[in-house]
Amino acid sequence: MTAETLAPETQDEHPDMNDMRKIAMWAFLGSECLFFGSLITTFLVYRTRVGEGPSASELFDIPFTSVSSFILLMSSLTMVLAHHSATRKDWRQMRVWLVATALLGMVFLAGQVFEFTEFVHEGLTVTTSPFGSSFFVLTGFHGAHVAIGVLLLLTTAFHSYSGRLRQGEGMNVEMVGLYWHFVDIVWIVIFTVVYLLQV
Amino acid sequence: MTTLNPEVTRTDSPTRGGLWGWITTTDHKKIGILYGGSAIVFFVVGGIEALLIRVQLAVPNGEFLSADAYNQMFTMHATTMVFLVVMPAAAAFTNYFLPILLGARDVAFPRLNALSYWVFFFGGLFLTVSFFVGGAPDGGWFGYAPLSTQVTEVVRMDYWALGLQIVGLASLLASVNFITTVFAMRAPGMTLMRMPVFAWMALVVNFLLLFSLPIITVGLIQVFLDRNLGTLFFDAANGGDPILWQHLFWLFGHPEVYVLILPAMGIVSEVLPTFSKKPLFGRSFVIFSGIAIGFMGFGVWAHHMFTAGLGPVAEAAFALTTMFIAVPTGVKIFNWLGTVWGGSIRLATPMLFSLGFIAMFVIGGLSGVTHSVAPADWQQHDTYYVVAHFHYVLFGGAVLGLLAGLYYWWPKITGKLLHEGLGKIHFWLILIGFNLTFAPMHILGLNGMPRRTYRYPEGLGFEFWNFLATFGSFLIAVSMLVFFWNMYRTWRKGEVAGPDPWDGRTLEWSISSPPPVHNFDRIPVVEHEDDFWHRKYTIAEDGTAVAVDPPPSFDFEPDENIHLPSPSFYPVLAGAGLFVTVMGLVYVPWGLIAAGAGAVITMWGLFGWSMEPLTREEH
Amino acid sequence: MSSRKRTVMLLLLFAVILVVSACSGPDRLGIDAAFDSDLPQNALDPAGPAAQSIDNLWWLVFWIATAVFVVVEAALLFAVFRFRRRKGVDHAVEQVHGNTRLEIIWTIIPVVLLAALAIPTIGTLFELRAEPEPEENALQIEVTGHQWWWEFSYPEYGFSTANEMHIPAGRAVYLTMTSADVIHSFWVPQLNGKRDAVPGRITNLTLEADEPGTFLGQCAEFCGLAHADMRHRVFAETEEDFEVWVAGQMQPAVLPTGGLAAAGLESFEISCASCHTVRGSAAAAELAPDLTHFASRTTFGGATFANTQQHLREWLRDPSALKPMRPELNDLSAGRVLGMPNLGLTEQQIDELIAFLDTLE
Repeated sequence: MTAETLAPETQDEHPDMNDMRKIAMWAFLGSECLFFGSLITTFLVYRTRVGEGPSASELFDIPFTSVSSFILLMSSLTMVLAHHSATRKDWRQMRVWLVATALLGMVFLAGQVFEFTEFVHEGLTVTTSPFGSSFFVLTGFHGAHVAIGVLLLLTTAFHSYSGRLRQGEGMNVEMVGLYWHFVDIVWIVIFTVVYLLQV
Repeated sequence: MTTLNPEVTRTDSPTRGGLWGWITTTDHKKIGILYGGSAIVFFVVGGIEALLIRVQLAVPNGEFLSADAYNQMFTMHATTMVFLVVMPAAAAFTNYFLPILLGARDVAFPRLNALSYWVFFFGGLFLTVSFFVGGAPDGGWFGYAPLSTQVTEVVRMDYWALGLQIVGLASLLASVNFITTVFAMRAPGMTLMRMPVFAWMALVVNFLLLFSLPIITVGLIQVFLDRNLGTLFFDAANGGDPILWQHLFWLFGHPEVYVLILPAMGIVSEVLPTFSKKPLFGRSFVIFSGIAIGFMGFGVWAHHMFTAGLGPVAEAAFALTTMFIAVPTGVKIFNWLGTVWGGSIRLATPMLFSLGFIAMFVIGGLSGVTHSVAPADWQQHDTYYVVAHFHYVLFGGAVLGLLAGLYYWWPKITGKLLHEGLGKIHFWLILIGFNLTFAPMHILGLNGMPRRTYRYPEGLGFEFWNFLATFGSFLIAVSMLVFFWNMYRTWRKGEVAGPDPWDGRTLEWSISSPPPVHNFDRIPVVEHEDDFWHRKYTIAEDGTAVAVDPPPSFDFEPDENIHLPSPSFYPVLAGAGLFVTVMGLVYVPWGLIAAGAGAVITMWGLFGWSMEPLTREEH
Repeated sequence: MSSRKRTVMLLLLFAVILVVSACSGPDRLGIDAAFDSDLPQNALDPAGPAAQSIDNLWWLVFWIATAVFVVVEAALLFAVFRFRRRKGVDHAVEQVHGNTRLEIIWTIIPVVLLAALAIPTIGTLFELRAEPEPEENALQIEVTGHQWWWEFSYPEYGFSTANEMHIPAGRAVYLTMTSADVIHSFWVPQLNGKRDAVPGRITNLTLEADEPGTFLGQCAEFCGLAHADMRHRVFAETEEDFEVWVAGQMQPAVLPTGGLAAAGLESFEISCASCHTVRGSAAAAELAPDLTHFASRTTFGGATFANTQQHLREWLRDPSALKPMRPELNDLSAGRVLGMPNLGLTEQQIDELIAFLDTLE
């Protein structure tokens, strides 16, 4: 069999892969909004239902979480820089920023692991109270999203390094970027709603 | 940059036959057939469950089924019919015809499409497996907490929570795919408003899925964690709130109702004009009312909770939204009437089913309005009246509509016409059987018979109507046997259909039956809504249609460079991995090993996929 | 229909009759004997003000819906017959695409109809959801749903009973409801619509019967295995009869001092006291129905079995054989009760227990 080439006469009438992936990613992120919306709503319903366990104000260390939130926020900046490098086809630079983004994400995750450990020591687990259940499930799923984002970032950087998918690199970075920014924005909402608005 | 369909390079034949060909296919038409075949198999399963229920209820104090078996039957009947029959049947038509109706050669992401199917398939298999390992889910398809989280020693509701989760995942993936297909794959000139109404309804449905599935996903996660990790989401004794589950479930569950009915409405909107020789009346109104139903569908969920104690203000608000969702629904019905009015109506089987759809759906819609009257619903809620109502919507509506689609598109899919006489027998039997089964349930409900009761005592006046309903249900079963016979007969010696047996209006009828693997020899350039019809007819001065003479030819030399995606083994691998994962999760903690292994298989599938070029390189 | 087809249909019908009549169990409730009405659980036969208001609303929406139904179905049938293609030949058809005026008309008409419906709906809704006024002197009853029976407590009088509620006719009764386990729904169709009993929440429902009478109801929210057998009865009585009943229920049980019944009391305090209460005896647990005045009830087992010695005997031999339950999953320390276990009683013990229960007037 012979490999066939592109059909130029219809090419301009159809979107390229890039556009389609972007539509798909936006659709997916729209769905994710409802996912986190439901988790956040659950938390709001339960945030004062602490039972015998510790309450939010007894547990939260706002300065610490502010710092880790800031770190995650910074990772959005490095993500933008990575995408910028990709549009200039400066792959080396792009990889640097991708890895930097992943590292910042990992620092955030480490902070979350530390925070979870602290909370468990202070007596809050998923089985302590509805507050505990909804807090850990909400932030846990967010953490899982960050972890998947880190994997995507590292995979993209690796692909770029090993020369695979050279052609679609810029686009792949854009996709990962969309996802990463979304996860960041969700964190900003969570940080505000869960940590700051605990009156 | 690479571009996708139809321009991508293909070296491997996507038409490769045999079982392996089906398993690895990425052709939207084959995947559509897989969805459709699965839906028919599950329809038989769900139908048998229904018949067992009806035999049990035929007489008072029935002893045919135990309470335990009965609860499994009604839970699985609903779960099967909703998630494994109507949704995949709609997905089948969407898969097969959405790209063709848009003038495309495939969906946006063919391998994702295959993954959707296989995830659905393994989800259905997973739910079915439960019957053989200690009993099927028995807490109702709505899985109200805390009943669904009460007995964690019995894993039946774990099967339910995880099964719905993966079937939902399949639909979510499909919705992303279809939405992208609509926005990115339309043929030149196929503006959004020129899209066939079925494509529009598919678009609305997939947006509904996109935004409603994540809500149930969260609810199911909470149920699963309450059962297996000891979280307290729905544990009232420790501060959890069972009503939260109802909100999450119905915020998904009500849009889901429109997910089930809108595809049938789309089909009927294609069939009625074809067999009336008239364009769809008020086309844009039909489309916009579909969109309106989609939006309003997210604002009526609490009418499922009128008896839960939300307070009079909330109940009044949801009573109003529920009443007014009847308006766009009514607009559709009136426009369908306007379509047949003044037409030249050919009562072929697809048309009969479509007319039956309207007649029955009107009843279901009106009994729906009676539910919106909240105080009346306090009597009707959780009685057989509700069972009657939603069967008029989902059987009289969705199933008849889907059958209309099956008769309508069968010749396109197989190249052969289903037998008209048998089709008409099927129609009349199912219409009579359906009404004998479900009309009495209105009376039963108003006379005080609650749902989900495995037996009823003598002397409450339920005997006669229940017996009639059981008789009707067997008539439905007979009608389906006629249908299966028709399919078999057609397969053996059906009349060859030709490309355009119904004098169709939309693009699928411009290509051969069955369509070539690449759908269109040449991508059409669309100039009208119902573009194909406008190539066959012009409109005379008196407003009637005049056939173009000589008839236009649609035999094109195929484009030279048609490229289709290669078959892929990875979607089915990832789906199978997911199956192993959820099987393991049922048996936490020791099953976690299997769950881990399954996750590795899924990751392998996804990773292999990401490494695999869409089209295979030359060796 | 050809005669062959008709034969097939008749055969099918007979087959169905044969299969199902073989599966019918005995009637243990005897509703036929106890009620005049053919439809004793009928929502369309209101016997109290709330049910009456709902009934009025129902008939309003029913007739509106019926009118719409007739118009639409008639138009559909007319169109199909009138515009049907004759002899397989298409006639010329004007290619009409729509008509904006018509669209507006058939949008406005439903809106008007629904608005007309909305006004009484909202009015009735708020009226029926209102608490009874203090001057109505409503009787307070606390309702607790259990798998699978109802607990009715009369806080003013300090006793509780199971499955059979007595109320004074002509006086409002205000129910304060919750659940001990899963969600149930309290429903007496002739008196009012249903209301869920939700664990961790309080819901309310007002009942009132116009005249003395007996009204049937049953749990309407699926609550597990024996949902179908979670029934209840409301006895509306004159104020005098009600006072007599209350006075009787307030008394502790008169314990037997000799004979079979006394031996039954002894068995009861050993075998049944971990779940049941009989005031005056050593049995004071609250996991299962209060049996202090068991013999005054017409039914037992979730108001599903007529209170006869024969049924009691069957029940005591193996409760789950009569009513589907899952006592093997009981976890009394966690308060999870999924039915009465088979106590493995001897026939002698059963005789004694029945004799004892019969004394609990």
